[in-house]
Amino acid sequence: MVDALAPETRARIEAEIARYPRKRGALLPALHLAQAEEGWLPPAKVRALAEIFEIHPIEVQEVISFYNMFYDRPQGRHHVHVCTNLPCSLRGGRGLLHALEKHLGIRAGETTPDGRITLGHEECLGACAWAPMMRVDAAYCEDLDAAKAKAIVDGLE
Amino acid sequence: MQTAPWITNYLTEHFADEAYRTLAGYTARGGYEAARKALREMRPPDVIELVKNAGLQGRGGAGFGTGLKWSFMPADAGKPKYLVCNADESEPGSFKDRLLMERGPHQLLEGLLIGAFATGAEKTFVYIRGEYAHAAGVLQQAIDEAYAAGHLGADALGSGFRHDIVLQRGAGAYICGEETGLLESLEGKKGQPRKKPPFPAQYGAFGMPTTVNNVETFSHVPHIVRRGAEWFRGIGTEKSPGTTLFGVSGHVVRPGLYELPLGTPLSEIVFEHARGVRGGKRVKGVIPGGMSMPILPADQLDVRMANEFLRERKTMLGTGGIMVMDEDSCMVRAGCIITYFFRDESCGQCTQCREGTGWLHKIFQRIERGEGREDDLAVLEDVAAKMEGQTICAFSDAAAWPVQGLLRHFRSDFELHLRERKCPFERSFEL
Repeated sequence: MVDALAPETRARIEAEIARYPRKRGALLPALHLAQAEEGWLPPAKVRALAEIFEIHPIEVQEVISFYNMFYDRPQGRHHVHVCTNLPCSLRGGRGLLHALEKHLGIRAGETTPDGRITLGHEECLGACAWAPMMRVDAAYCEDLDAAKAKAIVDGLE
Repeated sequence: MQTAPWITNYLTEHFADEAYRTLAGYTARGGYEAARKALREMRPPDVIELVKNAGLQGRGGAGFGTGLKWSFMPADAGKPKYLVCNADESEPGSFKDRLLMERGPHQLLEGLLIGAFATGAEKTFVYIRGEYAHAAGVLQQAIDEAYAAGHLGADALGSGFRHDIVLQRGAGAYICGEETGLLESLEGKKGQPRKKPPFPAQYGAFGMPTTVNNVETFSHVPHIVRRGAEWFRGIGTEKSPGTTLFGVSGHVVRPGLYELPLGTPLSEIVFEHARGVRGGKRVKGVIPGGMSMPILPADQLDVRMANEFLRERKTMLGTGGIMVMDEDSCMVRAGCIITYFFRDESCGQCTQCREGTGWLHKIFQRIERGEGREDDLAVLEDVAAKMEGQTICAFSDAAAWPVQGLLRHFRSDFELHLRERKCPFERSFEL
């Protein structure tokens, strides 16, 4: 049977575990590492993590479901998250999200049929002075308008 | 594009300098001298006394005395003690901690080292919100540099004090900014806050005595050690010494980060530094300290930005995130956004919070749609009142306060919606 986690991932998880007084402290770092492999956490990875941490898979699952950045279903190749909290909304954040929904033909929370982009809205990302803004994977794109935002998403592979 | 702070003081003085982010650049500006002095020449109780005398108050929202908090750590615990840096900045309207980490990572590390020495912590956990990937990268690089130079590790700064720093990334949950929610998350669990007591100084991370402070709080510490309590007390107000980082956003001409003494009038920040409202419009309301803090109307901007003055106006400094709304703004729409956030982020442990945040949002939505009922304002007040002081953590209170502030100062906006059975603010920001 194929191992659900790559050997390098397992090694990095073990290195994280060594930094904590209790094994379980490394669960969030381990989830980040495991998710980085395929962009989400399929049941086989959940079971593998449960074995490493000596807990029941449901305990891993409930941690996954508590946090917005862990995904229990496949995601687009890129995440585009528009901030719709108050500081961004005051400067057009919601109009920006609506423009991207129209441009991509999907609603927030959905993925384009070609699997390229998962669009979402997000609560405050801490870039309020450069509103409106969105997060594209790990990168912040700031001081946006609809034209700039569309150009950015069009440039994603 | 992202710019350096508009107004700088001791915390942000060198933030425009790219080299300041490196160990060499930081050292060239006198970096780690304070930690060297504390770890080699002072005793832990002397460091705590110094921070107490300086009157440093926590900059994470509650404003608790930092030196006093440090003194709660048991001296002879007979077990490991930990320091935790709360870098989970998630309060809407706040972005100061991100800039402190991205532009002054060694300043933070130096503060952590001094704090760890003072409290006797063998390890520091820095818990940074998951979305702050760039800041986490900058900080990890600084940690690696500090280890390589011997500033961290078995013999920190050649003082004989052992200290390790572990950076952990969160994964998107506002409640993990609450200190015991953070501790749960750090332990690999759902970030649901713990009942207190026991407080973290008795039972904190992994059950060990723990002190939790915010990024900005730690960043002030090296300056206090270097320049003394008297110097620090000479800035700001008598009760609230030092500067703080005000993040200004919303309808102003020049949004940005402003490092100013505590006690600076709100009007000076909004009209002089941020250049007033764009398009020549007037201010309608200002949220003074991050979204949890009650809003102030335009005629109260004379207030000085320190808790002793803000409390008189039934609001607080919070995290210093100032959101300015222009004359066209619909306060019911603002309330829809605010209540959605709290409904979405409630961890769901306590009934008052889980149900209350949902009801607040539902009622705001129907008022905005023109479907409000006659007694809705009374119901909002009743629900908000019942959410205060009843729950495991202060999240529920923080969800109720902004609603109370909106009703206190902008009741006529709500009444107009009820009377006209629609939103009458056609030029307001889009919902």
